[in-house]
Amino acid sequence: MRTPLEGTGSIDHELRARTKAALARVLPSGSILGTDEETLPYECDALTLYRQPPMLVVLPATESEVAAVLRVCSSLGVPVVPRGAGTGLSGGSLPHAGGVLLSLAKLNRILAIDSLARTARLQPGVRNAAISEAAARHGLFYAPDPSSQVACTIGGNVAENSGGIHCLKYGLTIHNVLAVRGFTMSGEAIEAGSAALDTPGLDLLSLVIGSEGTLVVVTEVLVRLLPRPALARCLMASFDRVETAAEAVAAIIAAGIVPAALEMMDQAATRMVEPFVGAGYDLDAAAILLCEADGSEAEVTEEVERIEAVLRAAGAGRIQVAASEAERLRFWAGRKNAFPAAGRVSPDYYCMDGTIPRRQLARVLHAIRGMESTYGLRCPNVFHAGDGNLHPLILFDANDPDSVRRADEFGIAILELCIEVGGTVTGEHGVGIEKINQLCSQFDAPSREAFLAVRRAFDPDGRLNPGKAIPTLQRCAEYGRAHVHGGRLPFPDLPRY
Amino acid sequence: MGASTLPVAITARLAEQVRSAAASRRALAIEAGGTKSFYGNPTAGERLDPRECAGIVAYEPSELVVTARAGTRLAELESALAECGQMLAFEPPHFGSGATVGGCIAAGLAGPRRAATGVASGGVRDSLLGVTLLDGRGTILAFGGTVMKNVAGYDVSRLIAGSLGTLGVVLEASLRLVPRPAAESTLSLELDEQAALRQCTAWMASPWPVSATAWAGGRLTVRLSGARSAVGAAQREFGGEVMTAEAAAGFWSAIREQTAPYFDRDGTLWRVSLPANSSPLALAGPQLIEWGGALRWLYALEDAVAVRRRAAELGGHATLFRGERGDVGAFTPRPAAVAVLEARLRAEFDPAGIFNPGRMYADQSH
Repeated sequence: MRTPLEGTGSIDHELRARTKAALARVLPSGSILGTDEETLPYECDALTLYRQPPMLVVLPATESEVAAVLRVCSSLGVPVVPRGAGTGLSGGSLPHAGGVLLSLAKLNRILAIDSLARTARLQPGVRNAAISEAAARHGLFYAPDPSSQVACTIGGNVAENSGGIHCLKYGLTIHNVLAVRGFTMSGEAIEAGSAALDTPGLDLLSLVIGSEGTLVVVTEVLVRLLPRPALARCLMASFDRVETAAEAVAAIIAAGIVPAALEMMDQAATRMVEPFVGAGYDLDAAAILLCEADGSEAEVTEEVERIEAVLRAAGAGRIQVAASEAERLRFWAGRKNAFPAAGRVSPDYYCMDGTIPRRQLARVLHAIRGMESTYGLRCPNVFHAGDGNLHPLILFDANDPDSVRRADEFGIAILELCIEVGGTVTGEHGVGIEKINQLCSQFDAPSREAFLAVRRAFDPDGRLNPGKAIPTLQRCAEYGRAHVHGGRLPFPDLPRY
Repeated sequence: MGASTLPVAITARLAEQVRSAAASRRALAIEAGGTKSFYGNPTAGERLDPRECAGIVAYEPSELVVTARAGTRLAELESALAECGQMLAFEPPHFGSGATVGGCIAAGLAGPRRAATGVASGGVRDSLLGVTLLDGRGTILAFGGTVMKNVAGYDVSRLIAGSLGTLGVVLEASLRLVPRPAAESTLSLELDEQAALRQCTAWMASPWPVSATAWAGGRLTVRLSGARSAVGAAQREFGGEVMTAEAAAGFWSAIREQTAPYFDRDGTLWRVSLPANSSPLALAGPQLIEWGGALRWLYALEDAVAVRRRAAELGGHATLFRGERGDVGAFTPRPAAVAVLEARLRAEFDPAGIFNPGRMYADQSH
């Protein structure tokens, strides 16, 4: 059962007119969208289960216009919801019925690439993939590669602390961003981090990255670029049991190997994507592992040999090493297209994002199998196995209210299970609106109060992306009441944190 | 990791000390081994010693994560990791045998591997996955967790790294680990400062397995870490004199622990942190340069104003690390808007302003 969300409802037309007039004084004409037809395309992000048209949409083109929007909204007491490319999977940029949706899409320039310092200075609307494309001529790349990288923007990546397939070796957004510049809700300019490797004072950058647009509206990002490895080679290994595949993942890590990527797909997932992509997956295997080594020719040869030996010893059946770059890309095409493939075989899909300690993998996958029959829905699994980040894809039909209800409950059950085994409800997609209730389960009240305190320090009136990322104490109290059965919390033996 | 794994009696005692200090607004000086008490500004107050809260709580090598209580000695932790072929990616300095996990996190200092090009690199905060903290009300808070990817809630754990105890007392932490490199080799070349900086920049712009650099007195020493083939190839390409494994281990330990001859001097030692590929400092005084040029140690002959001005010109900052300080603050002042935000954060975590007052900035409390 979901408690009603903050910021949903109908538009107050008088407030819309007043806010629009105030914003028109600081923005050029054409930067404000204020009719129902204009605002409708912004009613959701990539989590389409939740929709709410915004009161207004603004499209500033400069940093000073962003600051001006914030000052105007601040003085009117109007909430602001920042939005990048709208590819977020947790409803982090779901609009507010009484608020302004602040699109950063027009701030889309690569300001500078410094090949010797190995940095790129970017506006927030630069697409993730465009960074590596621009850096390629210097032999450099930007490492985090979320699967939405052709569309998602660096501003959104900063908001969500995005990961991707290669973050096992190269880290998340937090590890690859040196500094950000932006504005608080009151329009005050803030810089966090620096081009140097540390900054005096508290590390505010750690708070801003992954804050889901609730602390600062980021208007400039300085990222570090890495030298592009000469070569990457991918292995594909088949396993007749999911448990064996999970043990093989642990064996690779225990052998002291940190592959560039280490991904798992279960049989339901390979069978779902194969007709769509023709990746050449072993459809008889209960699970496959994709494992990538990168570096110099000699380094890659050495690592591939070691990985192969570990996989064999761990009980892998067939092992294929991609013979060419084209074959390597084909291996990955299946994995990277898992979400679209889900969209092909089912009217709708709901992508979960829990992270668990790797040793719990077999237990969790087994439990998800059981939930498939409980909720009467299929759920193929793709999995960033190396870092324990699960993406179960619940297949459902949004036109069938009962199917939606079951998908929602299925998702909640998976998230609560992730907490139970010592993991987290979100590895890289963010809390947004989607997992707001689960934060009540994952953290105890004093820790949640500390999150609210952080928010107050940046935005005392709580106007920047309200209702997202961090639940209010009241919300958790309501959620707790709804989920207490017979006086007991679910999983009463859990340490709550 | 959670409050439940902590030793109840010990944390209750620490919490009581905090609550009682807060009630009478009495300052507390958090100190365990005291190995880094020189770092930051002097602070006065009743000592709070978290060393009883010690021990490795969980270590599963195949998860690449360790959870340890704050009072665990850093040396004990590192030897437990080494037994399983793993290590902390950030190669923290101990500055004495009493160094603890909590102090290492609160100081936020990383060693020679900080700017490495490979998987083992980054600062303290980059490896920090979760922290359990005793705040200024005596409440135990737990942030983050034990998994690599976790975006639930604000990343308060990483905020704690380098906060010098001014937000709370670290009780327990979970850290990401990396495997020890399969091969390692150290070599050195005669180069002047300018040439050494250029050389480091060139190496680090290509995928060479550089894991540390140190330049002083006309000699650049570089450590290579990684796959056997990669280290061998780099060694052939770089040239120079190869050190024996034993000599290399001694050399890097002396850089990390500041026991190298360079550090055997009187005067004021500055830690100047700069963007990659910055020009020579061009300030008077002997220098030691690490992190491919991004970290410059300087026994400055000029005053604080000159050092800080030059660091700022180059886009960095200068910390007065050791030695005579007079009335100069240890850290470069930050912009007013940031100072206000920091004060507000501190007021939330430590409302009575009792934790290490003035250690970071004279105006750190409100």
